[in-house]
Amino acid sequence: MPLLEVHDLTVEFPTRRGVLRALDGISFGIDTGEILGVVGESGAGKSLTGAAIVGLLERPGRIAGGEIRLDGTRIDNLPSEPMRRIRGRRIGTIFQDPLTTLNPLYTIGRQLTETMQTHADLSDAEARRKAVGWLDRVGIPAAAQRIDAYPHEFSGGQRQRVVIALALCAEPALVIADEPTTALDVSIQAQIITLLKGLTRDHGTAVMLVTHDMGVIAETADRVAVMYAGRIAEIGPVAAVIRHPAHPYTDGLMASIPSLEHRVKRLRQIDGAMPRLDAMPSGCRFHPRCPRAFDRCPEQQPELLDAGATQAACWLHAHG
Amino acid sequence: MRMADVMTLEAVAVSHFFDVSRPFLQRMFTGEPRRQLRAVDDVSFVIEPGTTFALVGESGCGKSTIARLAVGLYEPSDGDILFENKALSSARAQPAMRRRMNMIFQDPYASLNPRWRVSDIVAEPIRAFGLATRPNEVAGRVGSLLSQVGLTIRDGEKYPHEFSGGQRQRISIARALASEPDFLVCDEPTSALDVSVQAQILNLMRDLQQRLGLTYLFISHNLAVVRHMADRLGVMYLGRIVEQGPAETIFRHPRHPYTRLLLDAIPDLEQIGRARTPVGGELPSPIAPPPGCPFHPRCPLANERCRVEKPAYVMADGVQVACHAVEERRDG
Repeated sequence: MPLLEVHDLTVEFPTRRGVLRALDGISFGIDTGEILGVVGESGAGKSLTGAAIVGLLERPGRIAGGEIRLDGTRIDNLPSEPMRRIRGRRIGTIFQDPLTTLNPLYTIGRQLTETMQTHADLSDAEARRKAVGWLDRVGIPAAAQRIDAYPHEFSGGQRQRVVIALALCAEPALVIADEPTTALDVSIQAQIITLLKGLTRDHGTAVMLVTHDMGVIAETADRVAVMYAGRIAEIGPVAAVIRHPAHPYTDGLMASIPSLEHRVKRLRQIDGAMPRLDAMPSGCRFHPRCPRAFDRCPEQQPELLDAGATQAACWLHAHG
Repeated sequence: MRMADVMTLEAVAVSHFFDVSRPFLQRMFTGEPRRQLRAVDDVSFVIEPGTTFALVGESGCGKSTIARLAVGLYEPSDGDILFENKALSSARAQPAMRRRMNMIFQDPYASLNPRWRVSDIVAEPIRAFGLATRPNEVAGRVGSLLSQVGLTIRDGEKYPHEFSGGQRQRISIARALASEPDFLVCDEPTSALDVSVQAQILNLMRDLQQRLGLTYLFISHNLAVVRHMADRLGVMYLGRIVEQGPAETIFRHPRHPYTRLLLDAIPDLEQIGRARTPVGGELPSPIAPPPGCPFHPRCPLANERCRVEKPAYVMADGVQVACHAVEERRDG
């Protein structure tokens, strides 16, 4: 049984002009110690999936269907107080902008000890000693002195290190990292990815890594889910999805990334743009942009189908 | 390769400082001196007509300051910028010259006036430079500009908010082309876009360059994008160009340790599950740059000389590199 199980998750936003379905029947699992990458373009629903799992959907968004299970226990229908205890203790979160995660008025030491003491019975001295240990582990130099500094006294890369310490200090089973390196420069990004990968491996933590950067996924994740217009287009082992994409969208996405290795005359482009929530095409949501669409595509919505090493929601892989 | 006689743009030992001192009274009481931030420090390059010169570097390296210097939004604190062999400031004094350079910005949401129809946004440079005056002549030009960037004439009736990010960037490009420029400064033109849309815009920019013979100064932090666009490349670190030359040569054989670090730091699709040892350290503050070579605190090859002496350029294989280790052949 996977650690996290998401089954047929649907998220809706009621508006005056009707209900918008932002996530439509998402299903996937993450095993203990596994890193699942979730990739997609802006508006595909990848951050929303993370927010739904940790129970931080912004109003008026609501889970309209499906189940989320952590260790076999349903967590999608919990009241806010038990859910708050699961967040932090069982599920850690890392967001793109460290300044929105850290409280600017508290020292980072206070934020770390408070997080640990909320979730475990620790004396002040013990908590402080552990906090220094975490800062040291995430690579903050002179951790014993820096523990009493405020967030603004750290650089962007260091703040993200503190956020990682904060997410991991209660030793959660699952970490949801939403674009953890997007705001950082490439040389710092490489440091943070290596850090996150190492720490989660050491602690056997499962990670859901949400990003738009396929390169980060390639280097970090074990499996990847490619999202398009509120659905999973393809899911499978990273190497298979990147080298032999089975869904025409994944294929186009890979080909549109400029390569460092060689220069091409023209990049392959996917014409058009992702549909808006209030103007979803019928059948497969990708069919208006798909170079391989045929008569079945506008009529029927495909579920995930076996496509060699991966699963793809595409009628090209329907047999019989 | 023979160099053209007239360079589209030439920067000669250009520096740009920002005054970041505290207010006068505060300085009086605390006895603090004035402080300057050297955003651009002694930078020289030339851009040949019809080619793309790209500047790449991390945030705060001074690349956007150069973009603004190149179109005259900033005056250099020191050094000269020449547009077709004339001082940029005198070239910009003449509307006939000024219309020949334009800029495309990063954020297509902030750079288009939300209260104007797209046709008015694109028509403004045409009217401002008097390239056409009769209404249907202006409308005709707007129509052909919109179709050139892959939009329809009907799109001209709409407002910017009705378009996606990629389409807005097409509108920005149409507006930039409206004054019939030869030289475009593109400051991170695709950084705010998704990759599939980025491919559309990069393809469009290269098509337009070929069709109209445009010259680009292309600024980006994304090395893969730069590789796709650049003929020549400059790598910036803390206000200086540390390596510049033909892009292909630099990508095949990066010499400066910082260029190598940048190339190595980029997660790559072809390197699935790669384990690596990232270079430590962060960008130092440009207000108090390290003495000697600005990169020495993070450089694996740094020695005593690097800590005290600022490296001059050495030429290798048509590439200029500012590095003592390369000069002394310590770079392996």
